[in-house]
Amino acid sequence: MAGRLEGKHAVITGAGSGMGRAMAELFAKEGAQVLCADISGQQEEVARSLGDAGVPFQADVSRSGDVQAMIAAAEDAFGRIDILVNNAGIAQMPVPMHEHSEELFDRIIAVDMKSVFLGMKYGITSMLKTGGGAIVNTASAAGLTAWKGTTSYGAAKAGVIQLSKIAAVDYAEHNIRVNAICPGYVWTSIIPGMGDTRVPPEGTPNPPGAPMERWALAEEIASAALYLASDEASFVTGTAFPVDGGYTTV
Amino acid sequence: MRLEAKIAVITGGGSGMGKAMAMRFTEEGAKVVLADISGKQDEVAASLNEAAKAAGVNETIAVAVHANVASEDDVRNMIATAEGEFGRLDILCNNAGFGGPMAALADQDLETWNRVHDTNIKGPFLGMKYGIQSMLKTGGGAIVNTTSASGVVGWKHHSVYGAAKAGVNQLTMAAALDYSDQNIRINAIAPGTMWTGLVEASQTYDKPPADFPTLAGIPLGRWGLAVDIANAAVYLASDEAAYVTGVILPVDGGYCVGFSGMGAERPGIATVNEGET
Repeated sequence: MAGRLEGKHAVITGAGSGMGRAMAELFAKEGAQVLCADISGQQEEVARSLGDAGVPFQADVSRSGDVQAMIAAAEDAFGRIDILVNNAGIAQMPVPMHEHSEELFDRIIAVDMKSVFLGMKYGITSMLKTGGGAIVNTASAAGLTAWKGTTSYGAAKAGVIQLSKIAAVDYAEHNIRVNAICPGYVWTSIIPGMGDTRVPPEGTPNPPGAPMERWALAEEIASAALYLASDEASFVTGTAFPVDGGYTTV
Repeated sequence: MRLEAKIAVITGGGSGMGKAMAMRFTEEGAKVVLADISGKQDEVAASLNEAAKAAGVNETIAVAVHANVASEDDVRNMIATAEGEFGRLDILCNNAGFGGPMAALADQDLETWNRVHDTNIKGPFLGMKYGIQSMLKTGGGAIVNTTSASGVVGWKHHSVYGAAKAGVNQLTMAAALDYSDQNIRINAIAPGTMWTGLVEASQTYDKPPADFPTLAGIPLGRWGLAVDIANAAVYLASDEAAYVTGVILPVDGGYCVGFSGMGAERPGIATVNEGET
């Protein structure tokens, strides 16, 4: 039986671990070929585990040259790009705004927001050549509501949401859909010390204030990305879709 | 099979988006109770059962029941039907709706206000009240409310309808918090301009004919189809969406975010007719 992404070709950034890895695995399971991009080197193992469906690529998504090369590599490997997931990102420890350094601000904006602009700039250029596609950007519930101490992360993620909406209206007539996913607390290795397990170890405290009283699993974010990337969502564009256990309703 | 062995009640299941949900849900392995005021649910249930039989499934997969969703007795009965026929309730789609005439606010009658609110907000409240009571007995479930993009942003000449739909969005978010720790997820789909019962021509044509005008102001430049909503409902009702609750998901071709530039007028949606959805 055909998968939900049968015959599609996807680029996923941050595919070396966490949500990106879960997305790569799920997309491949549903019949896509996936270029797995990451800065860490972990993308090699992820791509290997996908067999013929996986291609690894080393990239720092904050660098325009790397992003251009990533898109070109996908075109070389697959002939076309149907799906782009701008998922790579880094976190910041909460810090009051007046103590937040300019250096950290620039870095978070570069890796978490400019990267999404670069990915879309070059990814859309590619999609325009081949008649369309679907883009999913990993934003955050922290881009919809104000999380204490998240000066740069919150601003960057709010920026990702707005970039997604603008791209959605700019390119709707070109058959390119763009949506943002807004995760809440997800169990990944983005926060130092969390480790790279698939589920939280026994005894891990619940995330603060989460209505569902648990962490999301990376797979649960991947399922949302699968829906938005697939043709089932062909009338869905410009959304900021919370996958956050009710956090943004509070 | 993304909804294997799940039991779903779908209101407004006799036509349009509700019928499309019934088809997609049963394709994904669910059994359905189709509640409707129109009588059309009987034929939909019959044809789903015929198709199942032809595919070698030797059990009833669809049951039809009459319901006016504004009637507390009818709503209690539709939930009890699911429990009686299939033993439990896993999914509830509060989808039945009523459009009402399009008019500027001061030209809307009180009778329209009452009718629109009875079906479009009291109905989902009653559905959730009795649906949740049932789900609490069996350890959880998922609720999907069909609201509208007109309940998220302002649609010209849709103040009464939009208010009711916005109210359901709020019910959705608050109720999601009521039950987030009891394994009941509650979400809403906000359709945009849909090629369903509210548009007269959809009675004749399954999809918009090639020369049928598309509305201005919709970035994706087409009418939504019932299956677009049904696919969103499958995702939200399934275990894939286990961390999704309290969400209003626009399925609207980008209408909620579309603004074509400085000075461009944002058109209202000009073709919604009076009648059942």
